[in-house]
Amino acid sequence: MSGVRVLVGTKKGAFVLTSDGKREQWNVSGPHFAGWEIYHLKGSPVDPNRIYASQSSGWFGQMIQRSDDGGQTWETMGNEFVYDGDAGTHQWYDGTQHPWEFKRVWHLEPSLTDPDVVYAGAEDAAIFKTADGGKTWGELSGLRKHGSGPQWAPGAGGMAVHTIIPDPTNPQRIFVAISAAGVFRTDDGGQTWRPMNRGLKSQYIPDPDAEVGHCVHRIAMHPSRPNVLFMQMHWDVNRSDDAGESWYEVSGNLPTDFGFPIDIHAHEPDTVYVVPIKSDSEHFPIDGKLQVYRSRTGGNEWEALTNGLPQSDCYVNVLRDAMCVDTLDSCGIYFGTTGGQVYASTNSGDTWAPIVRDLPAVLSVEVQTLP
Amino acid sequence: MIRVELPAHLRTLARVDGEVQVDVQGPVTLGAVLDAIEADFPVLRGPIRDHVTKKRRAMVRFYACGQDLSHDPPETLLPDAIASGEEPFLVIGAIAGG
Repeated sequence: MSGVRVLVGTKKGAFVLTSDGKREQWNVSGPHFAGWEIYHLKGSPVDPNRIYASQSSGWFGQMIQRSDDGGQTWETMGNEFVYDGDAGTHQWYDGTQHPWEFKRVWHLEPSLTDPDVVYAGAEDAAIFKTADGGKTWGELSGLRKHGSGPQWAPGAGGMAVHTIIPDPTNPQRIFVAISAAGVFRTDDGGQTWRPMNRGLKSQYIPDPDAEVGHCVHRIAMHPSRPNVLFMQMHWDVNRSDDAGESWYEVSGNLPTDFGFPIDIHAHEPDTVYVVPIKSDSEHFPIDGKLQVYRSRTGGNEWEALTNGLPQSDCYVNVLRDAMCVDTLDSCGIYFGTTGGQVYASTNSGDTWAPIVRDLPAVLSVEVQTLP
Repeated sequence: MIRVELPAHLRTLARVDGEVQVDVQGPVTLGAVLDAIEADFPVLRGPIRDHVTKKRRAMVRFYACGQDLSHDPPETLLPDAIASGEEPFLVIGAIAGG
């Protein structure tokens, strides 16, 4: 019988939540790496028992952990993330130039075809790659060095490559998103990169033709339609129909278009999910009501999903890597909150129920659909 | 042999319990002890010192015989009591943060 394994990264450890296809009864394993920030865990699409985790702390820095048994046991892999050549500088908050400094890995993206290949999105913004299962990492420095790097500046949470999306139909094409530089695309396997931000509008960037600088919070792609991307930006939900060459706004009737995560139904490429929060200073659900919004039309027309979610006195946030979908016939949607709850819907968002309520603040949620 | 006490998280990473002992050939300096720790426990390359610069991570401190050696250069000779194994060399995570 099919099942699911939900991988939860939190501020104080990782948790692995497993269930059968009904997704009603859950087994909770953890905390793994207790006391460490687990920014992200993700499994290999090729080998579901192969899972990678980004483990970091302010004291001891970055570690990478790998499991070969579905998260039961873990082995420490390589943690050497060294920028290629002269690291150079980027813009700082005060407009001066600041050296690139590695801080942590925000996101791990295992290859679609090889369980030993993984891409790592790092802060300060860079992308690294391993081809030996995490033992060694090398920077794909074409991203940082393509020319606009000195203009990149951090957002409030830092300057990081937080989203990495390989094109399932083209092994040479990968999209990344950086706060606060924007979207970039490679068409040669990561050697060279181009900014893909035309059409984005940010109040703090008066130049409509600015190549970089937009604070892209998250992008999402449905594997059946790799040229269509959805974006949750620092204000605005946007869409591209031409692989990032141009973007247009699809916020439509959202009560607020500020938020962090965005994801797409596994079987309906035009069904998109966001979690609107009040503003860029108050990262609260509006009026204390936790609501996921769903569009079934590829944007613009949105409906609130509230059944099973707290509708009063709820002031948690959902971070950009903390929402995901499974690929069971009745698509499951999952998200985790800064209040430590992980919610699941087994019916495309119509109803929700908590899997767990009292974890440390959730940083990321991924789900594996098991055979 | 030099006795070394590691903080809990590094003991977990290194898969050891309690104190560890490392062998230092030649002068028992701060840098030599750290080199020996990293040689015996490669997983601790990075969590104590930066890979490239070999600078101490800011929130990690070194103590020997009640003295804070965190700001001392790597060629600093450690006290005889450390070299003889009478006292342990301490690697401590700063209490700041959390």
